[in-house]
This record gives sequence, C-alpha cells and structure tokens, in this order.
Amino acid sequence: MIERRDVEKLAKLARIELSGDETDSFVKEIDSIIGYVDQIQSVGTTTPQATTTHSQTNVMREDVHPHETGFYTKDIIDGAPDKEGNYIKVKKIL
Amino acid sequence: MDLKSLTIKKVKEGLTKKEFSVLDLVRGYKKAIDERNHTVHAFLEVFDDIEEKAKNVQKLVDEGNDLPLAGVSVALKDNILVKGHVASAGSHILEHFVSPYDSTAVSKLQSAGAIILGRTNMDEFAMGSSTENSAFGVTRNPHDTGRVPGGSSGGSAAAVAMDATLLALGSDTGGSVRQPASFCGCVGLKPTYGSISRHGLIALGSSLDIIGPITRTVSDAEIVFDTLKGQDAFDSTSYYPSEKKEVKDKLRIGVPRQMVYVPGLDDRIAKNFEESIFKLQNLGHEIIDIELPNAPYALSVYYIIMPAEASSNLARFDGVKYGFHRNGQNLIEDYFLTRGAGFGKETRRRIILGTYVLSSGYYDAYYSKANAMRDLIRNDYNKVFETVDVVLTPTAPTPAFKIGEKIEDPLSMYLADIFTVPANISGNPAISIPSGTVLEGEGSLPVGIQFVANHYREDVLFSIGKSFLQEI
Repeated sequence: MIERRDVEKLAKLARIELSGDETDSFVKEIDSIIGYVDQIQSVGTTTPQATTTHSQTNVMREDVHPHETGFYTKDIIDGAPDKEGNYIKVKKIL
Repeated sequence: MDLKSLTIKKVKEGLTKKEFSVLDLVRGYKKAIDERNHTVHAFLEVFDDIEEKAKNVQKLVDEGNDLPLAGVSVALKDNILVKGHVASAGSHILEHFVSPYDSTAVSKLQSAGAIILGRTNMDEFAMGSSTENSAFGVTRNPHDTGRVPGGSSGGSAAAVAMDATLLALGSDTGGSVRQPASFCGCVGLKPTYGSISRHGLIALGSSLDIIGPITRTVSDAEIVFDTLKGQDAFDSTSYYPSEKKEVKDKLRIGVPRQMVYVPGLDDRIAKNFEESIFKLQNLGHEIIDIELPNAPYALSVYYIIMPAEASSNLARFDGVKYGFHRNGQNLIEDYFLTRGAGFGKETRRRIILGTYVLSSGYYDAYYSKANAMRDLIRNDYNKVFETVDVVLTPTAPTPAFKIGEKIEDPLSMYLADIFTVPANISGNPAISIPSGTVLEGEGSLPVGIQFVANHYREDVLFSIGKSFLQEI
C-alpha cells in the first residue's frame, strides 16, 4: 500500500515539485499501478536473474576518431539557459 | 497529383519519367498539411527549408544519381533529432531545444534523398497511448476527429492517414508505432531491438526503444527499414546480421488464443481477428494454436522496467542544459521547480513510479523480478519460433477510443498496449497491418492485426504482410 508520505519522499528523491492535490491523485494512481504489476510476484519464484539466457553479442569498437575539439561547443552552450563565455553557468553549491 | 495512391516506387517512377518534380511533391504535401492540420494537429511544425531541400534533391536526380528515397516525404516524430531544428519530445522542458546534430536515422534518410517535412505531435517523452499527453495539445484521428489517433507516435500516424506525407517515422517502446498505426489504418513496423540506431532518438526506456516506420504499404515499410537498419558506431547496441535468409511462401502462423481472449477485448476486434485468421488460411498459410505462458505478464514487467529506465534517462533534464529553467533560491530548488513545471503529469507520475521500483527495499521485488520475468518471456518466444514462423494477435484490444475517455485513469490507458508490449520486452520484430474496419455509430474505424517474428526476421513480417494485403 502506497501512502502519501511515500509519494512525498519519492518526489523529493526525484527532484520533482508536486502540488498537494497532485500528491493525492498520485497516491491513488501509483497504488493502483503497483497493485496491477504485483501480479508478477505470484509467478514461479526462480532466483532473480538466475535464468539469464540472453543470446546477445558485445559490439566493440576502438576508442578512436573523436570529433574535432570544440566542434559542438557553441551550439550546446547556446542551448543553456545561463552561460558565460564557453561555460554553462550554475548557482554556487558550496 | 493523387497523393493518396503514391508509394516510394511510384515516386521513383514519376521522377524518372518527369511526370512531376520533387518540388511538386513537397508543395502537394504542404497543401494537404495546410488544409487538414488545423483540425487534426498532426504536425507541430513544418520545416521552413523543405523547398530548398527539394531543389537540392531534384538537382541530384537530374544529374543521374540513383537515390533510393529521392523525393520521398517523411514526417518525423518530435523525439528524433534534426540538426538546427527543435526537437521537444512533446514536452515544455525541451520546447526550445535546438539539436546540434542529426540522428543517424535522419542522416540515412537524407543521404537517400528523402525530404524531412517537419515534426509530429506525440505523448510527452513517448509516454502514452493516445497523444493526449503532449504539452502542445491533442492530435485527432483523421478517421473520426472526436477520437484519439493512438500513441505515442499519434502525430506520425495521423500525418500518414490524412495524406499529408508519404510516410513517417515513430518510435516504439511498448507499442507506440504499431498501436497508432492500427488506430489510423496504416502499416507500422517495430523492428528488432537494436536493428536501427538510437543515436539521436530522445530516450524513454533504453532497453526497449526502437525507431520504426509508419507507411501506407508493407513494401514502403520494407524499403525504409532496409535504408535505416545496420550497425552504427554511435549506438553500441545497434547490430544487424548481413546474411539473407529464405522466406517460404506458405507460413506457419501461431495463434496464442489464451493471451488474446482477455477481459477488455472488444467483440468487434475479436470478430475481425477471427476473420483475419480465416483469410490467412484461405491464402494457404497454416494456423497453429500456441501458448506463450508468460506473455500475459509482459505489461506488468513493462510498467516496472520502462519507468525505471525513464526515471534515470530523464534525470538529465535539470534546468541547467536544455533551455527551460525555473529560478529558485538555490540550485536544488531550481531542479525542483524546473522539473515540476517542465514535465507534464504522466511524465512526473512515471518518474516517481520508476524511483519507487528502483528504491532500496523494493529493487529486488520489482526491478530484479521484472528482469527475471523478462527472460522467461523471451524464452517463451524463442520456443514458439522453433515451430512457427510468426505469432498473430490483434494490434490493440479496441479500435480508437474517444478523446478524454481514458486520460483520467492511467491503468486503463496502459491496457491499450497489452498486445504490443510483449515484443518490446522480448526484443522481437513486430508489424501492425490494417485488417479492415469495424462499425462505430454512423461511421467506421480502422483496426489492425499484429505479426511478431523471430529476431532479425523482418523479412518474414514483410512477406506475410504483403500476402495479407495482397500487395504485389
């Protein structure tokens, strides 16, 4: 059972601001989704990941041929909301 | 010019015989967009460089270059990047994001001579089955404008259905190409996971996402897929085997009736499905009853793995890098305000759900368990493909539903993907093929059937699709 304080804690962890009304509707909706997905708990309880039989292949490449230094810098910096020269500007964290 | 009956092959012939020019085609589609887009709202933007691009491609054609997609118009889902153009993923948080590079899919399309007409509406970050979750308004189904086009690639499917582009690209994480294709009467292909590069596709669930074409014919889907497939140095999960395999004329079709006949299956869909089976038998294919014992759990597995991956993929949108920003007292408050205001309701709901299934104490019960179940589902498919060539189900349990019908109840919306999600969980290729219409009130609505094949056997899907539609 998901409770209001669970949703508040998760929203905090996920760095998302929720309004009071929205928290209430999320409690109800997330609880109903978890109620649905809980059906997998009833299925043959093999140890998680013990059955891994992926027929997957590693695709490797040499770490070479980088793009020219600074090739994308201007376009990327231009997209940032706050900048100074070739830097993205953020608030002081220390 | 009759845009309705155009195919890639007919475009090629017309350009070769000089019956029309690339510019004529582009102007024809622009006119169709101007006529219908204000009602349907399939396109978010028509690019302002289409005439210039058309002239460039015409020049290459005139010089005798043989380009496989010369003059072919493509509408792009708003999560596929084109250098110098906005790609917003249907979200306010990326409303002003201009891509500094081309996605691999777009590079390949443009090298093949295709014209990118513009970007189409979608559920925010591809989260939805109706295109109602877009931050930029709903898209309407061209067959009935009171109904949804499906989603999340609803704008792409609607653009093809309203004859405003020859074809479109969408992305499919849990059915987002196939379900809107079925709601709009189009062909929609979800290729094998990894067969088309995801470089330049805005991520939702990275172990599930794949780009796929929405077209009017199976042959067009095949040509687009052949242009886009293959390994790409920018996506280490991309791969496609080079050897070609044989496809038999008469195929063995597995029908998992236990999985299909579930509560919520519309009677008209059931009837259309049985008629489709009958038609396939008459075409000489063999119908075999099969079981996929774990596939009914795919939707539960999906709603654990996808939000988990989405919650980490969307962590990058923090108000520092991508334009959208809300100012607070300090950096952490900036994050809260930016993400609270920039993400829509469904996106926030899924990020919180993903945070829950990944949090300590619940990780093993949900995320690890879902991954173990994923292996069981994949094994189910591997096993049935020892005895059948394709698996047949309806594409969606209902025809297009009404705008607003499911938006307040997330779980009922999720159930729209019940038949499409298993192929994303297992990575198998799947295609939705129009299978006629069902009656609805005074009118009718298109519906589709879905074929799933073994990994890298898109060739089998194209063969059975052409057989079903009697395409030559």
